[in-house]
Order: sequence, then C-alpha cells, then structure tokens
Amino acid sequence: MSVNTVPCTVKPTVTLQIGDAETDSSRPGVYVIDVTLPIGQTVNIQEISFKNYYTAYVSVRLLRRDGEGAAKWTTCLRNHCLMPSPHTEEGSQDYCSVYRQQMLIEPDNVTSVRLILRQPSSAWLNFSVEDIKIHPCLNEDSEWDIPDWLSDLTQVDQLCDLQGLPDPQTVSSSIQQMWALTEVMQTNQTTASIGRFDVDGCYDINLLSFT
Amino acid sequence: MMDEGTELSLTIAQIVQRLKATHLHSQIERQAKECLHRPEIQLESLKEDVRNFLKASGWERKLQNAVYRELHVQPLPSHPAAPPEHAKEPLAYMRKAQVNWEKRILKSLNSMCTELGVPLARKRPAVEQKELTNKWNEMGTDEPDLSRFRPVYAPKDFLEVLISLRNPNHDSSEEASAKSHWGLIQVPLHDRDIPQMREAYSELSLTTGQLGIDDHTHVPPDLFESEHTRIGKKVVNEQDSAAAQQYSRQGCPTGLRADLWALILNSTNEPEDVMHYEQLKAGVIHHDLLVDNLIYKDVKLTASNDDYYFVFEDFLYQVLLCFSRDTAVLEHFSYNSATPPKSYIQGKVGVEEFAVVYPPNGVIPFHGFSMYVAPLCFLYNEPSKLYSVFREMYVRYFFRLHSVSSSTSGIVSLCLQFERLLQTHLPQLFYHLREIGAQPLRIAFKWMVRAFSGYLSTDQLLLLWDRILGYDSLEIVAVLAAAVFAFRAENLMEVTSLTSAEAVLADLSTLKVMPLIQIFLFATVI
Repeated sequence: MSVNTVPCTVKPTVTLQIGDAETDSSRPGVYVIDVTLPIGQTVNIQEISFKNYYTAYVSVRLLRRDGEGAAKWTTCLRNHCLMPSPHTEEGSQDYCSVYRQQMLIEPDNVTSVRLILRQPSSAWLNFSVEDIKIHPCLNEDSEWDIPDWLSDLTQVDQLCDLQGLPDPQTVSSSIQQMWALTEVMQTNQTTASIGRFDVDGCYDINLLSFT
Repeated sequence: MMDEGTELSLTIAQIVQRLKATHLHSQIERQAKECLHRPEIQLESLKEDVRNFLKASGWERKLQNAVYRELHVQPLPSHPAAPPEHAKEPLAYMRKAQVNWEKRILKSLNSMCTELGVPLARKRPAVEQKELTNKWNEMGTDEPDLSRFRPVYAPKDFLEVLISLRNPNHDSSEEASAKSHWGLIQVPLHDRDIPQMREAYSELSLTTGQLGIDDHTHVPPDLFESEHTRIGKKVVNEQDSAAAQQYSRQGCPTGLRADLWALILNSTNEPEDVMHYEQLKAGVIHHDLLVDNLIYKDVKLTASNDDYYFVFEDFLYQVLLCFSRDTAVLEHFSYNSATPPKSYIQGKVGVEEFAVVYPPNGVIPFHGFSMYVAPLCFLYNEPSKLYSVFREMYVRYFFRLHSVSSSTSGIVSLCLQFERLLQTHLPQLFYHLREIGAQPLRIAFKWMVRAFSGYLSTDQLLLLWDRILGYDSLEIVAVLAAAVFAFRAENLMEVTSLTSAEAVLADLSTLKVMPLIQIFLFATVI
C-alpha cells in the first residue's frame, strides 16, 4: 500500500433524486461525487482510499483516456458493499480501500473518478465518504536522479598511500559485520514490558489529570 | 478492507512479534538446541527432524495454544489510514461518550481524594510494609475504617450513560414506524435474531447433550454424561486449547473445569507466572493506593455478604490488589474503547518523564467489581493460578461489560439485544412493563454487567460461563436475561409497579440456566 497520493479535486456532492429537490420531503438515497485530476494529467490507479460515513454501497466509474485521446466512462466497481446491514452501524465509519485487483477493468490513464454512493435505509440523516485519496501505481523502472556530487567521489583504485591506517577493505568488512549484528539485535527486540509502574521507585501521585 | 493475502501476512507478522517477547519463545529455542544431541536428529534433515521432535514432545501444541490465544485478543488488522483510536472503537460518538464518562469518573476520584485528604498513591513506611507482609493471608480480618470511602460509580450510573447515547446522524423522529424501539437503548447496533442464533449456538440445541440438563440425577449417565466426561479427560491430556473451547460449549464436568478453563485461556502456572505474581505482591506491599480502599469496600459490601463467596474474602484481596498493580493489563487498551487514567508524580504536571498511569493497570474498580473474581475461587485455590485465570478473563471478556463500545460483546450490544429479543418475542410483556414504568432493562442491567455473578447459584453460574468461554462471546448473557423474563412472564404480567416487578425477579438462585436458554433459543415459536 503506497502512501503516495495524487493531488486531485473533489467536486461537491451531487444528489440524484426523483422529483424536485427543494419540495421533496424525503432525503436522497444516492449521491455522486466526482474526483478530477488537474487538466492534462492521467494516473494509473493502484488504490482508492476513503473514510466511510454511513454509505451502504459504492459504485465507481472511471473516465479513461484511450490511445487516440478520446475519453470514455466505464464502471470499474459495481455496488460494493460497505455496510452489510444498512439500518445498523456495522461498517458505518470504517476506513476503506478499493484496490486495482478488485476492479472490473484496468484503471489506467484515468482522468476522473466518479463515486456513486447509495444508502437505501431511511435511518440516517446524512451519508457520504470522506478523505478520498487516489494512490497511483509505483513505477518500478523510474529513473532516480543522482545528485551531481555522488559522481565526483574518488574511485577506489585512486586512493593514495594509507600512512599506517588500516586497509579500507578490512575496515569496511568489519563495519559491515557490526552493522549486520545491530540489525539482528533490532529485529530481536522484544515488546515485553518490564512491569514497573513507578518512576525510579517513586509513585507519589496527588491528582489525576484530564487532558 | 485490505485484500485477504495482505491481511493474513499482517496478522502472522503481528503474532510472531508478540510471541517473540514471551517465555515460550526462549523455552522452545532452548528445546530446539538441546534436542540436537538426540540420535534421531540427522544433519541432512535437520529442520524436519527438529520440527518432528518439537511436535512429539508437545512443544508444538503449546505454540499452537499460544497462537490461538493471540488470535483471541488481537484486534483485527486495521486499514493503514485508520488511527489507533479507530481500533479501540470505530464510531466517533461512542468514543466521545466513553471519554466523557471517564472524565466524570476521574473528577469523582479526584474530589474523593481532596475531600478525604488521602493521596492517590503513597509509599508505605517500612513498619507498615512488614505488617502487611505478615497479614497477607488474612487481610479479611482487618477492619479498616472505610466509612468515608464510597464506590466511584455503581452500575445504575453507567446505565444512565448508556441510555443517553445518541448517534447524531440517526433519524429518531417520532413517527411510529416498524422500527420503533420500545426500550431504553436508542443506538442502532446490529445484533442477531433467534434464527441466526440457532445456527450459531447449534451445540445448545434440543437434540444435543448438555451439562446442566443431561447430567440431571434422573438421567442415566450412560446417555451423555459418562461419554462427555471421557472426552473431557482426553482433551485435557492432549492439552489442546482450541479443542477445549469447542468442548466447553456443552459444559465442563466439575472435576475437569479448572483445567479446561485454564487451557482455553492459555493460562499457565509456570515459575515465571508465579514470579510475576510475587512481583505484583511486592508492588502491593511497597505502595498504598487509594483504589485499594475502594477494593476493600467493594469486597466487604458484595462478596463478603454473599452466602456463597464470603469464605473467599482473603483470596479476593490477594487477587484484586495485585490486579491493580499489573502493568501487563495495559496491553488490552489497544482494543478496549477505554483509556487508562494518567497522572504525574511529584507534582510535575505536564512533564512526560514523570507521567504515570493510575492505577498501574489502568482499571478503576466500581461497585460489584469483585464479583468477577469470586466465582473463580471455587475452581482455583492457588493465588497465582487464580490470578492468572482472572486476568485473562478480564482482558478477554469482562472489560467489555463496563465500557462504552459498539462491539458485539459490549454491554451496549447486550442491552440492545436483550430489549430486542423481548420486544420481538414477548411484546405483550414488554408493553405491559413499559406501561407500569418498569422498563425491563432497569431490572436486567445489573445481571448483565456482572455476567450474572452473585445472582445465580454458583454451579449454574459456572455452567453459563462455560458457554461464554466456549463461544468466545458474552451474547449468551443477553439471551439468558431475556429467557429469565420469559420464564417469569406470567407473574410479571400481574404486577403493577417497578418495585413489584423487581420483587418477582429478585431471587434467581433457584433458576436452571441451560433449560431456560435452550427453550428460549430452540423452542420459541418464530
């Protein structure tokens, strides 16, 4: 799971309702949220993450740009269940992710994501999803820029006389051994607590704190 | 909602990390090293041979039991973006309610402190330490002046908090609808109905043998009891935690119960456990805590007054005073919605190096807390073993009975389930009780908060707790509460006030729990 996210704009929620939005007394059961990338940019999606707020089902549609530059909407996730029992709390405030592997189509060259939220239960006053983040695929073969000063380092065979200093090869190999030892120590660290509740033998407390 | 492969790897990594810190890990390592001398271990097939040795000598089983224990207490792997508070409790309004409740408790404790002029904690002078060491086995004979101390809260105060829980996003407009709930709990948590529970509790069905029903004196033991006991002995010999848990669903024979419960809870009494207990005892001797007085008071008010439990008074002090000093209990706060109270020593408020948890285990006892320990005294007579079993039961089950959370085994769910079962299957009774001002939860709450300890006779209580362990859930407590109302429904329909309703349900000591539960789950017409 990557922590990289792509900067994108989340448009205001659009309600889908039959009848006049103002005069209809019942609350809408479908919301649509569009998430767009900056103009001209496309992304290959690895994961879409969000925090649920009482949404029961979510469908995801993607606007993809194909080879010729034309854009096309396709559904990549249909009625994904976030709340197994829409009248009750289960799953209502969970953190969720939709992964590339779950999608019906390849989410590549995407310019826009549309989340269609459904909540059939009338028990809730409001529902939506929050903190929508789009995580791009990590590019394995991307070139890392090497800073200039690295290439200025002296080559090994250009090293001049040591003047009594130890051989760099033996020093580096022993340092490597020590480093390996510290790595082993670190991985073997236990999470067991010592069990002391006092601080240096002192446990004189007057009042509990509220913060 | 990660994909299954990642979730499994994460769980495995977490369990490995936790088990590396245990004594079992070093024991197995040592065993593996020592077995290299054995003739059957060949160099060519070293890994296989060592593994086979560990399996044959029972160490693999111990490891399995330890992993099984971790699976019980580990919170589910959470989404990477989820903050730790989300693992404690996913619903924001419940977290807020728990925080507010805790603030009230802290304020109450602080004011008790200032009023009485007693510090929360102080180091005992050497003379007092010596005195306590001598008196350790008979602390019950002490009659300290506890009149100034009062319990921090009682279950009925907590009930008021639960009644006032509201989801700000829930539409609770007054229109009568199919989903209107007659009870006191107004949060829409999910619970199981009887058809779902019939599947989940299939071992309790009318056609399956049960201890608590089929071990009755009139039933010939060959029908069920002898065979069940034989299997129980086998489970204890195999030392298999998971098998013991499955077995416990049909009840534990009295003679095997202590071993079976210890197996299910993976509660050992190795030298390091005894040493840990001695360390806690030293903590009690060295420091005097205000909560000690609360514990004394609670024991004197509840267990000491109970016909079944007064003989265990000294044991209760020995367990509960040590429990308060046990920092290992702090681990369970990662999946408990509660947070341990904090303080600063030497008046250095705000300085993190001087921050401590109070009490050391983070749990402030309330009125009736000692009743969680009392029934266990019938099973274990060695204090370190009794302590070990109690602590594990607390961090798996009992903590859920006095914190605000949306967990299916939490007290909020239990209350809601009780009310829903009553409303669905005994609507006339519920309506009648509501009309006379006797909301059923006001009577049943105190039973459920204590998991019926102190209300049922001991043998019946232990049969109930067999099933709590067997099904790894407190849900059965809510079912029993509803079943008790169903059993006394006729009398309850006659009463005309809350007091008379309470009188009808005051004495549960003659009830047989398993027939009640069985009839309610499997013989109710739906």
